[in-house]
Amino acid sequence: MTSDIHVDVRNLSFNRGDRMIYDGLNVSFPRGKVTAIMGPSGTGKTTLLRLIGGQLRAEKGEGEVLVDGKDVGLMARNDLLALRRDKMGMLFQTSGLFTDLNVFENVAFPLRVHTKLPEDMIRDLVLMKLEAVGLRGARDMQPAELSGGMIRRVALARSIAMDPELIMYDEPFTGLDPISMGMIVRLIRGLNKALGLTSLLVSHDVDESCAIADYLCILSGGKVIGFGSPEELKNEGNDEVKQFLTGDPDGPVPFHYPANDYRQDLLGSSK
Amino acid sequence: MINRIAAIGRYGTASIQSIGRAGQLLLNSLLWGGPGSAGFSDLIKQIYSVGVRSLSIIVVAGFFVGMVLALQGYNILVKFGSVSALGTMVSLTLLRELGPVMAALLFAGRAGSALTAEIGLMKATEQLSAMEMMGVDPLKRVVTPRLWAGIISVPLLALLFSTVGIWGGAFVSVDLLGLYDGAYWGNMQNTVIFYDDVIQGLIKASVFGLVVTWIAVYQGYDSVPTSEGIGKATTQTVVISSLAVLGLDFVLTAVMLGSI
Ligand SMILES: Nc1ncnc2c1ncn2[C@@H]1O[C@H](COP(=O)(O)OP(=O)(O)OP(=O)(O)O)[C@@H](O)[C@H]1O
Ligand SMILES: [Mg+2]
Repeated sequence: MTSDIHVDVRNLSFNRGDRMIYDGLNVSFPRGKVTAIMGPSGTGKTTLLRLIGGQLRAEKGEGEVLVDGKDVGLMARNDLLALRRDKMGMLFQTSGLFTDLNVFENVAFPLRVHTKLPEDMIRDLVLMKLEAVGLRGARDMQPAELSGGMIRRVALARSIAMDPELIMYDEPFTGLDPISMGMIVRLIRGLNKALGLTSLLVSHDVDESCAIADYLCILSGGKVIGFGSPEELKNEGNDEVKQFLTGDPDGPVPFHYPANDYRQDLLGSSK
Repeated sequence: MINRIAAIGRYGTASIQSIGRAGQLLLNSLLWGGPGSAGFSDLIKQIYSVGVRSLSIIVVAGFFVGMVLALQGYNILVKFGSVSALGTMVSLTLLRELGPVMAALLFAGRAGSALTAEIGLMKATEQLSAMEMMGVDPLKRVVTPRLWAGIISVPLLALLFSTVGIWGGAFVSVDLLGLYDGAYWGNMQNTVIFYDDVIQGLIKASVFGLVVTWIAVYQGYDSVPTSEGIGKATTQTVVISSLAVLGLDFVLTAVMLGSI
């Protein structure tokens, strides 16, 4: 059960519409570590998290996604729900706060649904989670009244409410001011240290990711082009990896979505 | 030519798949969960938002429809010298047909479209995904209470529609046209049969409630999660559920009257 690998993706191929996202992806995420998943926009980082969470499934024979050694792609619906309830947390790119519930009730939601704890205990747990993200004072506000950064922090508090073993953050830093960003960085690190959480972090912030991640996993063109500690990759990574970490637009990774010739396009000689 | 045939084929399979998904949604949410599976407070909340909030439109529409019925009926019946049957005509028309059908149509426009938009928006803002990732089944949590709220609300709304309509009819025939009020109410009392007329109307209304809410939640749940997609789904809800109500009404009437 407690092998060093928490999430193991084996030989995974996945298409969205006609577009191939992954073609034989192999990657293993170690238990109890923070792994930052990076890569150009549209490479399928969110898709990967959804595959791990079982919200997307690969076709039969198109590879396996093992969480704790079990293939989430083959799980029955109820087993999958139980796995997510007990073991997984996920922070979505757009947060997914319930707009009809206030901040307190949003964080209390998973506790109310999944546990039979008495009200005062739920209250304490929720206030602890809200305190951790610095929003205890905002407990009575509605999501519509919150700023983008506050929404993200509430969503973070909600995703750790059930104390998961594996937590996935999809771009937790976007839209945060430096102070909140520093706080979230410390929080992610702290959760990982204190509880031994396995954390998968999708982010575009090279500096932040290097600061908190034990490992970087760099995706491009449906493949892992670099996996290792930040120092390793900075020193020994190939050109693509280095280009990504320094943010250079010229290099082996194309900045442009595949398109036909620019000049011809402008002149209207092709469709 | 081949392309066109292929397009028709694609449209056909897409429609059948969509019906299949809608059926699955209904089975999963109704069979798995009784009315209180997400907690009774949730059910009450939904009954409030789909049912109670439709009260005003039902009352106003019911009153006008009853008034028009009485007016038209009076002008027809007076030719045969049988205006004393006016109360019977108004009440039977409302209880058997117009109450259930009009309430369902108004419900589709007022509450059905709102349900579709609400669920579509929850999907677009990843609230449903977030729920799934917390190990909560959105079918049980979101769809089941809304379906039950529709099934419970529409018959009550239909009954209210008929009641107010009968009063509207009384207002026109007794107060405006001077019909003897004993004739209006007395003949109604003698001819309306509770089990045949009231209960059959309620059965119809329950079926309509189920169908309209089912279409509404399915359209929201299956919508393309963009503002355009949600807009389209909302329109679809009103169009499809209105047609479904009218079509089903014929079928149910035929079965209940047993004359075909
Ligand atoms: N629902 C969908 N249907 C079809 N294609 C999709 C869908 N969602 C995403 N895609 C495509 O899948 C690819 C990967 O999307 P994904 O959201 O995983 O990218 P990402 O790496 O998370 O990008 P970003 O950093 O911008 O969030 C994109 O090219 C996108 O066009
Ligand atoms: Mg993404």
